[in-house]
Amino acid sequence: MVLSTIAALGIKLSPDNIKFDNLEARSKHYLERMGLFKFLGIKSGIKITEHEATGRFVPLTQIKTPEELTKFITEVTPLLHLEPIHAEPLRYILSELIRNVLEHSLSKHGAIVSAQYYPKTKTIRIGIADTGEGIWKTINQSHNPQNDLEAIRLALTPGITGTTSKEGGTEYNAGAGLFFIKSIATVNKDFFVIHSGNALYKLLKRNDKRIGLHADPFKDRHSKKDDLPGWQGTIVGIDMSLDTTQEFSLLLRLINETYNKAIKERKKAKYKKPQFI
Amino acid sequence: MISIKLFKKTGPFAENKDIAREIRLNKLIPALEKNKNIILDFEQVEGATQSFIHALISDLIRKYGNEVLEQIQFKSCNETIKGIITIVVDYMQESHN
Repeated sequence: MVLSTIAALGIKLSPDNIKFDNLEARSKHYLERMGLFKFLGIKSGIKITEHEATGRFVPLTQIKTPEELTKFITEVTPLLHLEPIHAEPLRYILSELIRNVLEHSLSKHGAIVSAQYYPKTKTIRIGIADTGEGIWKTINQSHNPQNDLEAIRLALTPGITGTTSKEGGTEYNAGAGLFFIKSIATVNKDFFVIHSGNALYKLLKRNDKRIGLHADPFKDRHSKKDDLPGWQGTIVGIDMSLDTTQEFSLLLRLINETYNKAIKERKKAKYKKPQFI
Repeated sequence: MISIKLFKKTGPFAENKDIAREIRLNKLIPALEKNKNIILDFEQVEGATQSFIHALISDLIRKYGNEVLEQIQFKSCNETIKGIITIVVDYMQESHN
């Protein structure tokens, strides 16, 4: 996530204006291998023997079109050598998050993605960053969030999209993408964080055995901040723990129940009340 | 009756919404306008995103009502794809009844 963020920030700058101080040998090699210096157009002065990326990491990648996204998704899953139970949510997460950037962020630099597999913890850490309009501006087209945190809350709620205030969304958008991603993280006890503007929402690992999803992200175990230095755009980080991944079909059943309950409750909230005098 | 093999257009993972929209506009709506039944054949498709399925069928339910589901059959779907189609069909009906 940090790497994608630095790359997204750096891509807007001229290489002449980028300087690295006191990089330690280990991190220097890691950053070189993940493609950071190449990405920023600067020379690291490091010579490394490039091993195959297979099974270990996805170097920094910029995606600006749906065609690039399709190509990326096709190539990335075999790269990480995953079993179907893990490949399925991974490509789902990457596809929906990157497509969100392409459709809503209006970032001319697209999405900056990187991922790393940590064998000790059997975890894949994914970071996706953009320097677009940010969530508040997108959601504010059809809703009225008071601040960045409220905009993130709405963006994570099923059926809420910036493209319309109507239930069911438009022909092209339902407002379900981020809710699905948060749900995948909730069910699998994965880490999930989203930062846009000066706000940050972090889903905390659920500690009860019963799996429950909430339409309102503030009802999940979480932490939040609304006083961070502003990020023009959106950053998402998600860790996929391979040991706790649940069947995707179980997840979909839970999503369906929660989604429909949320629509019912929103519709009920709009019902006219009888006037008793 | 028309049958559309999705794999030819989407590959094993159906995620490109532009392709979904193209199928809807160029195949599904013209068929429904002629009152033809449709088979959406997911053979060899391993996965799909909710965004793809939404872009493929949500507007049909919006335009033609729930009854359109009597004219569309989903063939050779695995459990994941069945789950995602069910979610989209359910929330569209829930939103519009």
